[in-house]
Amino acid sequence: MPTPSRYWREIPQRYRFETNQCTKCKVKFFPPRLICPECKNQDLQKAKIEEKGKLLTYTIIRVPPHQYVDQAPYAVGIVELDDGVKLTGQVVDCDFDDIKIGMRLKLEFRKIYQEGDSGILCYGYKFVPE
Amino acid sequence: MREVAVIGTGMTKWGELWEKSLRTIFVETALLALKDAGVDKIDSMYVGSMSSGLFVGQEHIASLLADYLGQTPVPSARVETACASGGLAFKLGFMEVASGMSDVVLVSGIEKMTDVNGHEATFALGTAADQEYEGYHGITFPGLYALIAMAHMEKYGTTREQLAMVAVKNHKNGAKNPLAQFPFEITVDMVLNSVMVAKPVVKVVGMGHATDTIALSSRKDITWLEATYQAGKRAYEMAGKKPEDIDVIEVHDCFTIAEICVMEALGIVEKGKGGKAVEEGLTALEGKIPVNASGGLKSKGHPVGATGVAQIIEITKQLRGESGERQVENAKVGMTQNMGGSGGSAVVHIFEKE
Repeated sequence: MPTPSRYWREIPQRYRFETNQCTKCKVKFFPPRLICPECKNQDLQKAKIEEKGKLLTYTIIRVPPHQYVDQAPYAVGIVELDDGVKLTGQVVDCDFDDIKIGMRLKLEFRKIYQEGDSGILCYGYKFVPE
Repeated sequence: MREVAVIGTGMTKWGELWEKSLRTIFVETALLALKDAGVDKIDSMYVGSMSSGLFVGQEHIASLLADYLGQTPVPSARVETACASGGLAFKLGFMEVASGMSDVVLVSGIEKMTDVNGHEATFALGTAADQEYEGYHGITFPGLYALIAMAHMEKYGTTREQLAMVAVKNHKNGAKNPLAQFPFEITVDMVLNSVMVAKPVVKVVGMGHATDTIALSSRKDITWLEATYQAGKRAYEMAGKKPEDIDVIEVHDCFTIAEICVMEALGIVEKGKGGKAVEEGLTALEGKIPVNASGGLKSKGHPVGATGVAQIIEITKQLRGESGERQVENAKVGMTQNMGGSGGSAVVHIFEKE
């Protein structure tokens, strides 16, 4: 089991959607980076990602990794937010039949999984219909 | 740069191999390669292995395997780029011989995946994806390639039937491969060198190696394998070849959609036309450009770190005319494409019979 620090240091982006962007070409990253892969600029500024976007692709996970066994089956997709940032996450609060590529979704703060009975409760974002 | 050729290969039947340890599998296979090449002395070794640490709890296998092959003190190094580790090991062996630093290098790919249970093996394979921003959300490797497939179907109209045809074709080929077995477990090895031997010389004429983001969501186009495109472009340039010059090709079909996307990225077919090409039989054994005559990863098996070297063994045998029932007629130029993760690493080689 990983140490709490591995989980704790990702909290700004996972809980509060904080990230950064390039001051030159304005590309926004998620998660934050130290150098812009487009123009190699290291002068970056704080930014927040948009919390709404559209579904680019998705799949239903029926054979999950061990920590998600009690959640399966569940949907995972890649969403392109309105600022162009793309991120991976679960699509929840709707039937599988209602999930369509191109549908509008928004980010919500949710519990992701639990590291056993006495382990860390892991939180982050999931996508729900807008 | 010196010319480099594959002078011998060895591969044992892939399977679960409960009775054999990683070092045993390696030595048995390496001895086959040394015998095939007719050499008893090597200058150097490279071992491609994705995760001997997670699969058998053993790191530092480069020296361990050199020791059990009776080759210490030759220099030996293990290299890793997820499922492209075998292809990378070959690249380094090629460079070492081309540079003149060594004459004979033993290149191997190995993975022993049945010494841990299924959950642990799934976890080990999952470490090839972005653990913090993909794995954290419950995505798996079949899941990542499903995301590519869904996007490809949406964008280009590729059908489930076309995806299935990739598997059907590869299993048809694999049925003719005596070393193929569905449950994975392997040993592969090969020796390169620039010396003429009795068998047809299979020269390495092109090589390309490139990277891409490992997180799928960070890519501009989810259906496009940029690292494979870049590696292919460099290999074509170095070899002075074009896609239409390739007679036989082994690609990394870890999932059916992968074979379709790889054919597009290597310019074998136009962007978006991969599904239709399979449906029309272009890539069948008797087609215009046979893809995965060995049965591919789908039918031959995929002991991750070993795959890249096994692909090169298949192409070497095809160019030597030693592929039996699955021999591609008049094959003179062959290509291999090996990739790691959901395409974040890619290694491409081009071979030509002299």
